[in-house]
Amino acid sequence: MLTNYIPLALMMMVAIGFGVIMANLSKWIGPRKPSREKLSVYESGMVPIGTTHERVSVKYYIVAMLFIIFDIEIVFLYPWAVTFDKIGAFALGEMFLFIGLLFIGYIYVVKKGALEWD
Amino acid sequence: MVVEALIKIVIVLLTVLTAVSYLVLLERWISAWLQDRIGPNRTGPLGLFQPLADVLKLLLKEDIEPSQSEKWIHWLAPVISITVAFSVLAIIPFGSAIILSGKSYSLAIASNVNIGVLYIIALTSVGVYGITLAGWSSGSKYSLLGGLRSSAQMISYELTLGLGLVSVVMLCGTLDLGGIIQSQIAGGWNIIRAPLGFMLFLISSFAETNRQPFDLPEAEPELVGGYHTEYSSMKFALFFLAEYANMITASAVMSVLFLGGWHVPFLNTLGMDPSLLAVLGILAFGLKIFAFIFFFMWVRWSIPRFRYDQLMNLGWKVLLPLGIINIVITALEKTYLLH
Repeated sequence: MLTNYIPLALMMMVAIGFGVIMANLSKWIGPRKPSREKLSVYESGMVPIGTTHERVSVKYYIVAMLFIIFDIEIVFLYPWAVTFDKIGAFALGEMFLFIGLLFIGYIYVVKKGALEWD
Repeated sequence: MVVEALIKIVIVLLTVLTAVSYLVLLERWISAWLQDRIGPNRTGPLGLFQPLADVLKLLLKEDIEPSQSEKWIHWLAPVISITVAFSVLAIIPFGSAIILSGKSYSLAIASNVNIGVLYIIALTSVGVYGITLAGWSSGSKYSLLGGLRSSAQMISYELTLGLGLVSVVMLCGTLDLGGIIQSQIAGGWNIIRAPLGFMLFLISSFAETNRQPFDLPEAEPELVGGYHTEYSSMKFALFFLAEYANMITASAVMSVLFLGGWHVPFLNTLGMDPSLLAVLGILAFGLKIFAFIFFFMWVRWSIPRFRYDQLMNLGWKVLLPLGIINIVITALEKTYLLH
């Protein structure tokens, strides 16, 4: 069975090889005339102010945390979905309980205002 | 087996690379057509050599690494993007198995992979890194904003994507893409069995490929170029290539999951030669992919971009509950209707 995965690994290696060669190609054959102005980052034509390594809105972290929670719950749904035919009504009830709990958590998140962008 | 796989990989990659370069031209034609302009028509007959000229131009440009960038990650980001975009193609079945001189060849690079759907989900998650790292490592404020936005957007819509997929897996009872097509041949296309799941998957595909109306990561009027503001030459081209390759992959995945892949209804009742049937199947699959791509482009030039809070509200407050409801509907449908 595991031999079925060899082509997947091959494809990935070919894709990485393609990416690495392409990402270096212009460096090899393109011109190279760097100057201080050319290498400064673009900021609408102004001299760049400060760096980008500053504080970032906490909203992004909240979204990332919520994503991890919900994504793991969704991953739990896959094995259930695959064997759904074989385990019948009992699994249906169990999963409705699980989805119900998930939904209560979701309502809590919304009521807390974690998803407000303003 | 390795040789067979390598031959398939070369064929698929060459096809996709050619397709991508002409999709760019096609998109410019379609945009010109929708806006009542002429579009590219100077390079060769009908502008057909335009992709060649574009690639040559990008190839011969100077590779600029901004002084404030994190050089290594700045280089790595486009490589991640293109690797992910190409790797998903490995499990797409492009047609039913063909028989040449008594030996059966499957038309997928990796056939019978029993985790097919999970592989797609896993790689889409990795794809977020390409864009996020590109934005973070460039050292430009526009890039950073684009990267942050894209990471939040893509992970939000990935939830809907996953929920839409669960309904397909429930209906077909397998994660193998070939098995999913077989199940649709037996029981009808999934677009009929799970229409809501299809809608959810379609909408989140737009967000995952960063296409309009969800192209917030590179919103030109506010973010210049978004995450690829500081990229030039072939590294920029790799992002471009990845975007169009992603569009092809997303269309192919949607065709397989919801439109029966290479299956054409009622065609096998006509009593045609099996090899002719196989060729027609490949053509039908190509046509389905093309229809989706045309839809992607049509939407891009017709619908304005979302505002960021609207985008997040749509993802979290509309699509996510709909996805959960969709699972309940599919479970009830499967238990009481299809038995």
